[in-house]
Amino acid sequence: MSEDLARFEDVENPVMPYLRQERIPHIWCPGCGIGTTVNCFARALTESGLDLDKVSIVSGIGCTGRVAGYMRLDSFHTTHGRAIPFATGLKLANPRLKVVVYSGDGDLFAIGGNHFVHAARRNMDLTVICVNNSTYGMTGGQVAPTTPLGATQTTMPYGNFENPFNLPFLADACGAVYVARWTVFHVKQLTRAMKEALLKPGFTFIEVLAPCPTLYLRRNRLGDGVDQVKYYKEKSTIKHGADTKEVGLGFQSDIVVGKFVDRERPTWLDSMNQHFSKVLGTRFQPWGGSNGED
Amino acid sequence: MKADPRGVLTGIHFMDGDHAACEGALAAGCRFAAGYPITPSTEVVERFAARIPTVGGVFIQMEDELASSIAIQGGAWAGHKVMTVTSGPGLSLMMEHVGLAAITETPCVIVDVQRGGPSTGLPTLPAQADMMQVRWGSHGDYSIIALSPNSPQECFDLLIKAFNLAEEYRVPVFFMMDEVVGHMTERVVIPEASEIEVVERKWTRKKPGEYRPFECEDGSLVPSMVKAGDGYRIHITGLTHDERGYPAMNVAAQDKLVRRLKDKVDLLRDRIVDVREDGVDGADVVVVSYGITSRIAGAAVEAARARGVRVGHMRLVITWPFPSGRIAEVAKTARAFVVPELNMGQMVIEVERAVCGRASVRCVPHAGGTVHDPDVILDAIMEAAR
Repeated sequence: MSEDLARFEDVENPVMPYLRQERIPHIWCPGCGIGTTVNCFARALTESGLDLDKVSIVSGIGCTGRVAGYMRLDSFHTTHGRAIPFATGLKLANPRLKVVVYSGDGDLFAIGGNHFVHAARRNMDLTVICVNNSTYGMTGGQVAPTTPLGATQTTMPYGNFENPFNLPFLADACGAVYVARWTVFHVKQLTRAMKEALLKPGFTFIEVLAPCPTLYLRRNRLGDGVDQVKYYKEKSTIKHGADTKEVGLGFQSDIVVGKFVDRERPTWLDSMNQHFSKVLGTRFQPWGGSNGED
Repeated sequence: MKADPRGVLTGIHFMDGDHAACEGALAAGCRFAAGYPITPSTEVVERFAARIPTVGGVFIQMEDELASSIAIQGGAWAGHKVMTVTSGPGLSLMMEHVGLAAITETPCVIVDVQRGGPSTGLPTLPAQADMMQVRWGSHGDYSIIALSPNSPQECFDLLIKAFNLAEEYRVPVFFMMDEVVGHMTERVVIPEASEIEVVERKWTRKKPGEYRPFECEDGSLVPSMVKAGDGYRIHITGLTHDERGYPAMNVAAQDKLVRRLKDKVDLLRDRIVDVREDGVDGADVVVVSYGITSRIAGAAVEAARARGVRVGHMRLVITWPFPSGRIAEVAKTARAFVVPELNMGQMVIEVERAVCGRASVRCVPHAGGTVHDPDVILDAIMEAAR
């Protein structure tokens, strides 16, 4: 160890207490953006002031699906696409928990798309963080519901001709109360957004654009992870409150980032408790009050 | 421990099997259920949705059976007893999460009110054609427990037992009703809560830091549990895992885990099985039946006895694990087995395996849509006795 580095030997990375250190090294590739999002998430947890014993994280399957396994929280690595309904059961059965779903674009929006739209419609009290790397990384770079038109993937070898989802528009249309998009270049804004989402009751959604150098970038000759972060830096425009209809993404196109939606709607549990109190009166056994507060 | 009186509708009722099953779940302590409408099972969750707000708990109608079958597992890890309810097509969709519950050892009850299949089949008419699916339907090796009630009273009584077994063995437990049992209305006696035994979850006594989620102690094959929110910071995964619950992608970890997932039910098979016998010792012919068919078979057995045949009846109340040992024992003296079932021959395969050529085994299949004509079973008994 050089003398320069030795000076920092006793300084612990502030994120380390949030990680299951015995599980490091992680499986993510050099240049992958998922680790950056985890760093932001750990910092957002600190800043949120939440009791971490009461925070659960639920992932589906895929590269981002591995996030739950590295966080020192109650963590659940479920089945492909089904993190949201597992999280729904966890939250409803114990309303005192803060439940975060952390998964990838293929998991949440292809195989799990139906669960996403219904949880947003219900305003289930969940924070959903989607790391969007435009591809299926774990299985080797197949086309995803987020792959931009024209990008090459192993199952779109001549370039993608399927229209991708505009995720903020989808979340907005389904009723999410908080919708934001950032990239892994925007670490400060992303951390702040994660904190806001964690502290806001209801279905909160953050899309994070992240590079997959091994499969998406290499196959499309876009350089390495740093090159893609430079692209995020150069082509992103912050536009809070942007009309989500207008924020769709093209192949290496301009990117609109920001907080697009921040509104109030009663959560599923609040609606249930209020409704049953009204129609059943004292016969109703309240269940976790307003999101778990007595 | 005794049942929580808030969930127990003590009294003498006249209700159908679906409603009795709901009352069984509430008496057992089920406080979280998720479901998706499907005939002929829907009445179970309709009643649950109406009852649970005044008992204390939650019901949610999810967007499909995939969601229902995993939402309940979230509910289980939040610390509750949980249930989902379905029929054949929905059961097929749930298979992915049967595997998840098996590998994560999540206690849960799946009620399957069986109807004719395959595919959409006969939505409003009975069958017993999901018997092999519940045993083998999800990929990989694991064991499950299944019960087969034959009356509304048993829909109440045995569903409590199903919840108790789910907690004791930490496996998905299937409650194999059928359209006839679900929709037949009979007298159902619900006792006082103080007379109902319920099994509490096996909670760990260890502190955070000491506790390993999949470590078995004291020779048990079933690890103790914690719930989310208690400070243990557990990790639960559908990947093959070690005792810490962490993914372990190697042959030794796979062997250790999968072997235990099977052994915890299979090695304790004799403790779990429940066979109700009638005149089996010394019988020449033995009828093996379960569920609604056991009632039809009972009539055929009586008729055969009236004709002088020495016929016994083994009714499987618990269908999985299969009582191979007892069947093999009976095969030493009985000449023939007759196995009527509302499918084209599923559990009869298990009977044949247990009998192992020592006696003849006669299948009385039925493609479903109604129950057997007792005379068909009687004819099979008479032929077997010849």
